[in-house]
Parts: sequence; C-alpha cells; structure tokens
Amino acid sequence: MIDTVNIEEKSCPVIANHIKVALVGQPNVGKSMLINSVSNAHLHVGNFSGVTVDKTEVLFDYKDYHFTVVDLPGTYAFTDYTIEERVTHDYLCDENYDLIINVVDSTNLEKNLQLTSELMSMNKNIVIALNMSDEAEKEGINIDAEYMTQLLGIPCVKVSAQTKEGIDELLDAVADTYEEDEQESKLVFSEAVEEEIAQIVWYLDKHKYGAKNSYRNVAINLLKNNKKTYQKIHNNPIWIELQPILVEASKHIELHHDSDDIKESFAEEYASFNRGIVAEVIKQNSIQEKKTLTEKIDNVLIHRVFGIPIFLFFMWSLFQLTFEIGAIPMEYIDGFFGWFGDTIGATIPNDDIRSLVVDGIIAGVGAVVLFVPNIIILFIGIALLESTGYMSRVAFLLDGFFHKFGLHGQSFIPLVTGFGCSIPAYMSARILKNDRDRLLTLFIIGFMSCGARLPVYVLFAGAFFSPEMAGNVLFIIYISGALLGLVAAKILKLTAFKGADEPFVMEMPKYRLPSIKLIWHTVLTKTMMYLKKAGTFIAAASMLVWFLSNYPHNLELFKSYESKIEMAVDKDEKTEFENQFAVAHLEQSYLGTIGKFTEPIFTPLGFDWKMSVALQTGLAAKEVVVSTLGVLYALGDDVDEDNNSLINAISNNIPFASAISFIVVIMIYLPCLAASIVFTREAGGIKYFFYLFIFTSLTAYFMAFIAYNIAKLFS
Amino acid sequence: MKTLLDCKKACRVKVLKLNAATELKQRLISFGIMKEAEIEVLEHAPGKKTIEIKVGKMRIALRDQEAALIEVEKL
Repeated sequence: MIDTVNIEEKSCPVIANHIKVALVGQPNVGKSMLINSVSNAHLHVGNFSGVTVDKTEVLFDYKDYHFTVVDLPGTYAFTDYTIEERVTHDYLCDENYDLIINVVDSTNLEKNLQLTSELMSMNKNIVIALNMSDEAEKEGINIDAEYMTQLLGIPCVKVSAQTKEGIDELLDAVADTYEEDEQESKLVFSEAVEEEIAQIVWYLDKHKYGAKNSYRNVAINLLKNNKKTYQKIHNNPIWIELQPILVEASKHIELHHDSDDIKESFAEEYASFNRGIVAEVIKQNSIQEKKTLTEKIDNVLIHRVFGIPIFLFFMWSLFQLTFEIGAIPMEYIDGFFGWFGDTIGATIPNDDIRSLVVDGIIAGVGAVVLFVPNIIILFIGIALLESTGYMSRVAFLLDGFFHKFGLHGQSFIPLVTGFGCSIPAYMSARILKNDRDRLLTLFIIGFMSCGARLPVYVLFAGAFFSPEMAGNVLFIIYISGALLGLVAAKILKLTAFKGADEPFVMEMPKYRLPSIKLIWHTVLTKTMMYLKKAGTFIAAASMLVWFLSNYPHNLELFKSYESKIEMAVDKDEKTEFENQFAVAHLEQSYLGTIGKFTEPIFTPLGFDWKMSVALQTGLAAKEVVVSTLGVLYALGDDVDEDNNSLINAISNNIPFASAISFIVVIMIYLPCLAASIVFTREAGGIKYFFYLFIFTSLTAYFMAFIAYNIAKLFS
Repeated sequence: MKTLLDCKKACRVKVLKLNAATELKQRLISFGIMKEAEIEVLEHAPGKKTIEIKVGKMRIALRDQEAALIEVEKL
C-alpha cells in the first residue's frame, strides 16, 4: 500500500519513535526504487533523470519506529537550477526532518560524493546508502563500507534496491543515527581553505556568535556565499568586523585556485576530497577498463547515420504491434459486450431502463473497453522506452533537430511521456529550467497523441483501411501529430516565446535490462486506471449521452410512425419505418438539437451532427468520443442486423474525407478536462488555458479544413 | 585555444578552463566537468550539433554551443 497522506493526518501518538527522513541523491540513482523496496510502495521508476519531479511521502513501520520517508527529486548539486531541484533545495533548507539518507550510485561513487560533500555542511545527520552495490560488484568495484564510515564519520551501508539486499541494515543504521548525537563532519579542505576557516571560526568563537550550526559549518557557508547564512549574520554587530576578514579570505582562496569564482573553487576542493576518499575505499579488480556494454550498444543506437532510422523503426514497430496484436482479442471483447448487453437486456422489462443499460452504459463502456489490448501494448512500449535508458539517447539524437524548431533536447522526455498520457507529461516538463522552454513544451505536449486518443484512431483506421495498412496509418497519425507539434513549436518560438536558447547538458544513463516486474506493474497500474475510468467516468458520461439522445419523447412523432409501422405490408418495410423513426427521434433529442445547432460550424470540415457531438463530448475525455459514437450509432442504427459492429457503422455512415478531417481534429484539439486542469496548474494561470484553447481550436479547424478538402479530391 | 568542440571522436582531453557564465558553469561542475577533469569524446550526433562525452564514469550529452565554452588540451 502506498501512503502519501500528510503526517498530521496519520501522525502516531508516540512522537519519540517517529523518524522523518529526507531521501536525497543525484538523479537516477534509484531513490524511488529504494523506497519501493523498503515500504512496498509503488512509486514511478524509470531510467532517466527527472522521473520524480515532486516530493512524495511514504509511511511505514520498522521495529519500534514509525518512518516517514520523503522522496525528493534528484539533484546533481545543492542548487536551485531547475524547478525539481528547487523542490529538493527548499525542502532541505526549510522543512523539519530528522536526518538525511543520501542515496549514491556505487558504480559511480566519485561523482555522487560531490553532492554528499555539500550535504555535509548542512548540520544534519546523514546516512549514506551505497545503492546498486550488486551491480558494482559485478563490475569489479569493491567498496569498503566500514572504512568509508570511519573516513566520513557517516554511516555507510551497502544496499541494493533491486535485490533488496542490505535494506534492514540501512534502516538499523538510520535508527541508530537517529538516537545518536550530532555527527561531526570530517570533511577536510586544502590547507589554504582550512586556514581561512580556522580564522573565521576563531573570530566567531571570540564573539560567542549564537548559531544552531557549528562554527565550522557557518564559516564554510560564509565562504561559499550561502545566502541564508549571510542574511542571518548580516543583522549581527559582528558583521562589520567580519566582512573584511571574509573578503580577504575569499581573495586568498580564489588566488589559490586561480579562479574568480568562489563556488568553482569549492567544487574543486570537494572534488579533491572525494578523489581521496574514493582512492582509499574502492578496490577495483579490473584495472584496464574494457569497452562497457553500454558503450557497445551506444555505438549502434546513437550512430550518426543509423541512429535516427533505428529509432523510427522502433516507433513504427510499436504501432504495428499495437494494431496487429491489439486486433486479435478485439473480436472477442466486442462479442462479449454484445452477448452481455443482450443477456442483461432480456432481464429488464422496462423499455427505458433496458435502453439506458444496454444502449447507454454497456454500449458506451464496451466501446472503450474494446481498446484495452491496444492501450496495453502502447503502455508496454513506453515503459520499455523509459526503463531501458533509450529515452535519453533519443533526446541526444534529436536535440539538433529539435533545436531547429526552438525546442530544448530535454523537451523530448515530456513529449514522449505525452504519448502515454498528457497529465504526467505536463508534470515532467518541470525538468526544463527555463520558464519559456517549459511553457513552449507545455503547449506542444497536446500534439503528442495520448493513449486515450488511440481508440479513436484504431476505430477509424480499422474502418477505412485494410488491416495491412492500419498499423502504418497509426504510425503516420502519431508521427504527423509530432511533426505538426514541432512546426507549432517553431511558430510559437518565433512569436510568443521569443528568447535566447538554454544550454543543454544531460546525463546519458547506463542501459539497464528492464525488470519484468517493474514493467508489469507500470502497465498494470495504467491499464487499471483506464478500466476504472471506463467503469466510472465513461459510464456516467455514456448515461448522460444516452439521456440527452433519448429525451424529450415526442408523442406526435411516435404516433405518426406507430401507425405507419402497423400498416407496413411486409417485414422489410416495417424495419425500414422503425429505423426511420429512430433517426427522426434522435434528431429531435436534446443531443440532436445541440448537434444540429453546432453543425454549421463543423460543416466545412465535413462532419454530420453526430460527429460534432462526439467531438464536444470528447472535451471531457477522449475515450468519450468513442463511447458517444457507440451510443449514437447503437440508437440510430440504420445498418442491417448482422452487420452492426461500431467499426462497420462508422465505415458505412461516414465519408472517407470526413473521417480524415475528424482524425485531424482529434489529433490537435484541446486535451481532456483532467489534462487541461493540470496544464493550467503547471503553466501557472487560467489565462494560459484560454491561450491553449484558442491556439489548439484554431489550428485544429484550419488543419482539418485543409485535410478535408485534400481528401475529397482523392475520394 | 582548443575547445571541446574541436575534438574528434575517441579523443581524450583535459579541461583547462570553463568560459561559461556562472549558472552554466555551476551546472557543468555539478556534472563533473571542471578544471583538471579528463574527458573522452564518445560520439557526435548528426551535424555535430550535439556531442556525447565521458567524464569519469558518466556519459553526458552537450550541445555544440556549450562544448565551445570548454577549453581543453590533448592528453
């Protein structure tokens, strides 16, 4: 069970045994995965930096302690460069917590210690989790954790989030550290810096400066130009005398490092301290590093000629599979809901209620559930992309191309996430530092067709193209949506989001074999969410659509057709009249009235009123487009009995050109209600929502108009 | 003056100086790209717009503009 409630709600009576831990580490070292293996929580895990963009609290018990672990976004250094890094920075500085678990990647200790050494002047107790120790051992890296504990004065515990090794030891170490006094930092600098620190400490001591932090840490923070420390000491009378000492000290250190940047000097100090530590504690078996597997794979996958074709081939295969394999169980699901509707319908005597259940709920929900197999395959594809480390490679390959369109290479990550669902995509745009880049990306994410739009595409591709072509059509839809997004990005960059380019510096993670369990879990969660939505939101929407399309009852119309049907000469004519009545009834219903009212707007795009209505209900959720079509064509059914599946109804009732233009609108227009809300929040104001609405509506209308007229020429 | 951008594939160099503005410099440093660091050029993306380098054990992607700010000497 995952518990992400506030402490206040779930706080336990025994305060003394409550340990609040901040989980800190560089990106992609397995923080979320560590929490998952400690607590059986199910936080989202991937193999690229920036999976966790907001803090998450997880509660669990271990021995006599109640643990609250706060999973913070990964940060390379203790800075506030991007929004996610700011979350971590501000949390560590301002919030109340008992200690820090610093998660480090054992296979890359030196780089990871860079953050550790910055944390060591925080005046908080730390426990270091040497994560991925199993992987390190495989690579021949042996870390002497005990010696490291001695050298740093911080408990270091070897763990593996993957195999769950060392988890208990880690929690024991946390509990012990919690009971202990303050750790004394054993961070040592070069002689030049130590001299200056000693002088400042001596000065602070002489004046009995009152501080929570140790004098040594205050001195280090002052030398590092830490704003908060400055603010505090600035109001103290000793500032007047301290200031010239600090100026001298900084000059001295900068001179020593031949640099005019004190932060750079300190980074070098930390680096040499860490080199020392690593040299002491690591015993590397294989001295001469051969080409790692990752480098071998990279030689192929990011090859300067073959890289992009390989990527396109992967995407094409994904959509082929989505259609081909997804189509196999479709027939059975369709058959099941047909049988289910008939069976349930037979038990309901009341005409209206039977129609509500069978034509409304079952037809609507069934139309959405039909596409579960396609959705599952798409989600597996995205999960593979996320967890293997390939995503960053594609960002690398496409950065030059993206850059031409004014997008940042790292925009690729939210954009790909957008193929699954726009909501997490909007959230993950936080990895972009610059607000302009972020807003631009937010506006473009909608062009990446989300999983909920897949049913519409599969439905129309299946209705208008041969099975051999349908997979290609899906691929073309997705790719052209993405290309259109790039063009839109360029236009926005030249008009609304003008500005200088941000630097692009990104880590390329090691390739990892995706764990089946992880993929299974991610896909299961997302599929269950889809099904849950079908059972709740879509069912409710289907009921509403059913109601709006059945009422008001028009007695005159009913009577006029009743007599016609009675006077019918044979069975065929009777059916003919029945169908005519159904169509006439539907057209005068509330939904028909709305559809007829808005039809003129959509006529230039080739839509009849049913399609217009489906588009409008799709504003709530894209699956509703399919369920609305399902309900509308189940009711006004003028196709013969043995041929009434939704796909056939669509291909018989909708002209080819209208279908193309419908797909174009679905590709571009406003994302669903939930996504729009998240968009508004992430963009930072309701006005952005209106911009998005106007931007997407105009683009969709314009593009669909062109597509409709071109398609008309060919059909 | 030679920069990282001038380096060919599989070239190994040592960083002499970072000519970046404060913020970008911090960013580079936090990735381990700092004075004295050893860098290996792994791959160029199409058009040499983006390059992949290796610092320590970490692989990093940089854009041409950023690479041009890193002064290096051949090892």
